[in-house]
Amino acid sequence: MSKNTVSDRFRKVDVDEYDENKFVDEEDGGENQLGPDEAEVDSLIRQGNLMGALQAVLKNPPINTKNQAVKDRAEGLVLKVLSSFKSSDIEKAVQSLDKNSVDLLMKYIYKGFERPSENSSAVLLQWHEKALAAGGVGCIVRVLTARKTV
Amino acid sequence: MAYHSFLLEPISCHAWNKDRTQIALCPNNHDVHIYKKEGSGWTKIHVLKEHNGQVTGIDWAPESNRIVTCGTDRNAYVWSLKGDVWKPTLVILRINRAARCVKWSPKENKFAVGSGSRLISVCYFEQENDWWVCKHIKKPIRSTILCLDWHPNNVLLAAGSCDFKCRIFSAYIKEVEEKPAPTPWGSKMPFGEVMFESSGTAGWVHGVCFSDSGNRVAWASHDSTVAVAEGGKSATITSLTSETLPLLCVTFITENSLVAAGHDCYPALFVYNGDKGALTFGGKLDVPKQSAQKGMTARERFQNLDKKASESKEAVLESLHKNSISQITILEGGKAKCTKFCTTGMDGGMVVWDVKTLESAMKDLKII
Repeated sequence: MSKNTVSDRFRKVDVDEYDENKFVDEEDGGENQLGPDEAEVDSLIRQGNLMGALQAVLKNPPINTKNQAVKDRAEGLVLKVLSSFKSSDIEKAVQSLDKNSVDLLMKYIYKGFERPSENSSAVLLQWHEKALAAGGVGCIVRVLTARKTV
Repeated sequence: MAYHSFLLEPISCHAWNKDRTQIALCPNNHDVHIYKKEGSGWTKIHVLKEHNGQVTGIDWAPESNRIVTCGTDRNAYVWSLKGDVWKPTLVILRINRAARCVKWSPKENKFAVGSGSRLISVCYFEQENDWWVCKHIKKPIRSTILCLDWHPNNVLLAAGSCDFKCRIFSAYIKEVEEKPAPTPWGSKMPFGEVMFESSGTAGWVHGVCFSDSGNRVAWASHDSTVAVAEGGKSATITSLTSETLPLLCVTFITENSLVAAGHDCYPALFVYNGDKGALTFGGKLDVPKQSAQKGMTARERFQNLDKKASESKEAVLESLHKNSISQITILEGGKAKCTKFCTTGMDGGMVVWDVKTLESAMKDLKII
């Protein structure tokens, strides 16, 4: 074969990067987003105020930041709060949230599904059922169509 | 509400003639079929064959009785009725991707075509050359244009796009019209000027509609939201997230009420309160007749439990349309006081909805 067919490095070139018409999302300056306050949430869990902990952990979602560590930490925190609820209290907790919070909760739930751990999926599925009852399929559609997510 | 099943295939797009006796529709292929109402049925009277690709948009100009069609073959044709035959005229759109939607302007001297080439072609007829000429609106569109609607002043054009934005452009063509008067959307309107760009909703914009006065524009986007913007010094945007599947088409039926339909297969009413800046869900417009619940024998119950793991009967779609609704058109009353509107969808069926009947059937329905 001729020499220029020997190398196959060209197969690893990401041609989309060189496309001048490539769609780039708007920058939204999320560098200051730190995610929910860990100390506050931990103290609320220790006090047994789980509803308060849920409200607190759904504040300051790290949506616009590109820092993966912040996002992972936020997700871990949310998972901790969701796991500490008793099954029978989940429905009441979801009812106490407003529309935007239910959407945000659903985003965290799906993020949690992506990296399943020991018992997380079972807990998340219970929360998913209740959040679906509150937010409807529209809520899930918004998780799927969100360009910037937690 | 009369449901008429035209075909088994989806109806890609449809348009009515001026007196609503004929409907032109595309049965998901390269042709346009024109049906005429005869008694209670419809007979096919014309077949328009010219496109080489699926026809994605049809619009029928009521006064001049011309039909414009556009398709995935990157062309648009203007059809005129000569005697008993529709004769096509090719319009060169200069696009290199499929055309997606087409709309005649209110005065019918121009039409706009949205395409996958990330631009809008505004076409007008040049008398000297006896030829349709087009001008492009390119900036700042970054993806396919899915839907278009003209403002009553014949100059402003609302466009919904796959780059998640609804924009209002000026499509002022100095060769065919006078300079437009100022509107709440702005006063300087050179061709291609962006008068308004939406923000706050994510998702492709599937349907866009100006209100009758042109002061409001509504759009439905793929993240299951519907939003209304009101023109003014600073345009105010009000959006409503819904719990249903995404809506595909939206239209004003009065200055304050919208009807939208989509993947949930039923039209829904939305009410906009301009003073409070609030958009609320007004109700489902498709209320199926409650069929008597037949009791189930114990045997049936166990069979269901075995087969489907639940005791209830098969869930059947109770709405009139059995598949997504893709287009809504106003039949009577205009966008100010609509009395009848029509929906077509992917089930190949068409339903004509009567607003008065809906109002009396649903006690809580208020169309203001």
